[in-house]
Amino acid sequence: MKPAPFAYRRAASLTEAVDLLAADPDAKVIAGGQSLVPMLNMRLARPGTLVDIGALSALDYVDLVDGHLEVGATATQADVAAHPLVRERLPILAAAISRIGHSQIRNRGTVCGSIAHHDPSAELPALALALDARILAYGPRGPVVHEAASFFTGTFDTALAPDEIVTAVQFPLPAPGTGWAFEEVARRSGDFALVGCAALLRAEAGTVAEARLALFGVASTPVRLPEAEALLTGGPATEEAFDEAARLAAASLTPSSDSHASADYRREVAAHLLGVALADALARSTDA
Amino acid sequence: MPEITLTVNGAAHRLTVPDRMLLTDALRDRLGLTGTHVGCEHGVCGACTILMDGKPVRACLTLAVQAEGREIRTIESVAPSDTELHPVQRAMRDCHGLQCGFCTPGIVMSLVALHERAATAEVPEDEIAETLSGHLCRCTGYRNITAAAHQALTTPCPHDTAAPTAPASAEDARARAERADVAAAGVGGGAARADAAGVEREGVEG
Repeated sequence: MKPAPFAYRRAASLTEAVDLLAADPDAKVIAGGQSLVPMLNMRLARPGTLVDIGALSALDYVDLVDGHLEVGATATQADVAAHPLVRERLPILAAAISRIGHSQIRNRGTVCGSIAHHDPSAELPALALALDARILAYGPRGPVVHEAASFFTGTFDTALAPDEIVTAVQFPLPAPGTGWAFEEVARRSGDFALVGCAALLRAEAGTVAEARLALFGVASTPVRLPEAEALLTGGPATEEAFDEAARLAAASLTPSSDSHASADYRREVAAHLLGVALADALARSTDA
Repeated sequence: MPEITLTVNGAAHRLTVPDRMLLTDALRDRLGLTGTHVGCEHGVCGACTILMDGKPVRACLTLAVQAEGREIRTIESVAPSDTELHPVQRAMRDCHGLQCGFCTPGIVMSLVALHERAATAEVPEDEIAETLSGHLCRCTGYRNITAAAHQALTTPCPHDTAAPTAPASAEDARARAERADVAAAGVGGGAARADAAGVEREGVEG
């Protein structure tokens, strides 16, 4: 339970971090380390070099930029969840963060690190997908922008090039009046979810004007549900319509079975959570 | 090997550590502070919880080199003197919250942070359960630990002169502890089930 040897380098600037990353093809970036260090301890990860960006305090920020809420690479989950801008403008982000591990983990773990790490059972990749977030990165050729829709490519795998570092994530702010819900089922408080979902819903005169749905824990990436979103949009904002969309969405899933839950159970939980989340999102929405 | 400078329990230290050394091992093996316990070594159990710049974190998920320039507090710093206990320690003793004691140092550090916050801000009731959910007790006796947390949060911090000057009466503390005992039933049951299931997952997220 001790890491295999590696060379530790603390970057004093973003360009130095990129140079250090480029110098070793087996290098990995570390910020909070709350996903990476367990993998190091169990030797599931054996990087040649660890490039620590934790000292880059210029990346420790939450800000509003052009209708987006932008979170810098070294902002911890605890700080982001407690930030007034997040609480007022994007409370679903605070709700998603509250489901990550434990408070002792969130005091070190970062929002960007969780997205770059991409555990398919984790909360923030699914939220990024539901909101069509943009992942801002920096590499040897300068800044790179990745869209969440094409970022999560497989378990622990993303579209991030090996020589790129995530510098920030931009979450588009939902339209005024949009309701939200973030739900998950886990075996214990703090565990990775068996299944979870993010839902955003905007209603106009009892009709669904916009719906955004993403599930996690049901595939090797978080899953957006375009058919269910299309079925809901323009239809009545009622529990019957929500349950029908939830059943349709769950039936299209092909989750895996493991020692924690069977595929059938995951589908069942997904349908239930989607229904609950849509009803909660409607309750939080302000009908225009 | 990198050289790091850090403050541990108020004393400045300069250490030369291997790149891959965990903070738990630096504290225990290099500084002799063996009160910080090593349980699962992948962030699940919480036995190694310390305070880094005042916030509870897992020492086993922190590399020693990442503690550069940080202020660390361990269980050895908590009692104000050799003959006095911190209110959290006293509450753990009063409420019989120790049992085998292995998980206790981590729990005390998380509760000390909560206790310090309670001196200046209201701590919501559910935050006690939330805080304790980050600690596995294999003796499974969360009721007494939760009662201790409730008692401790009614008692001012000995290090903090700005803390409320009127300490809660013994009756208050007992009444709180009893209410906590009832409230803790959910926590204790869930945790007991967790214990029976054992620690299976291979990491914590974040």
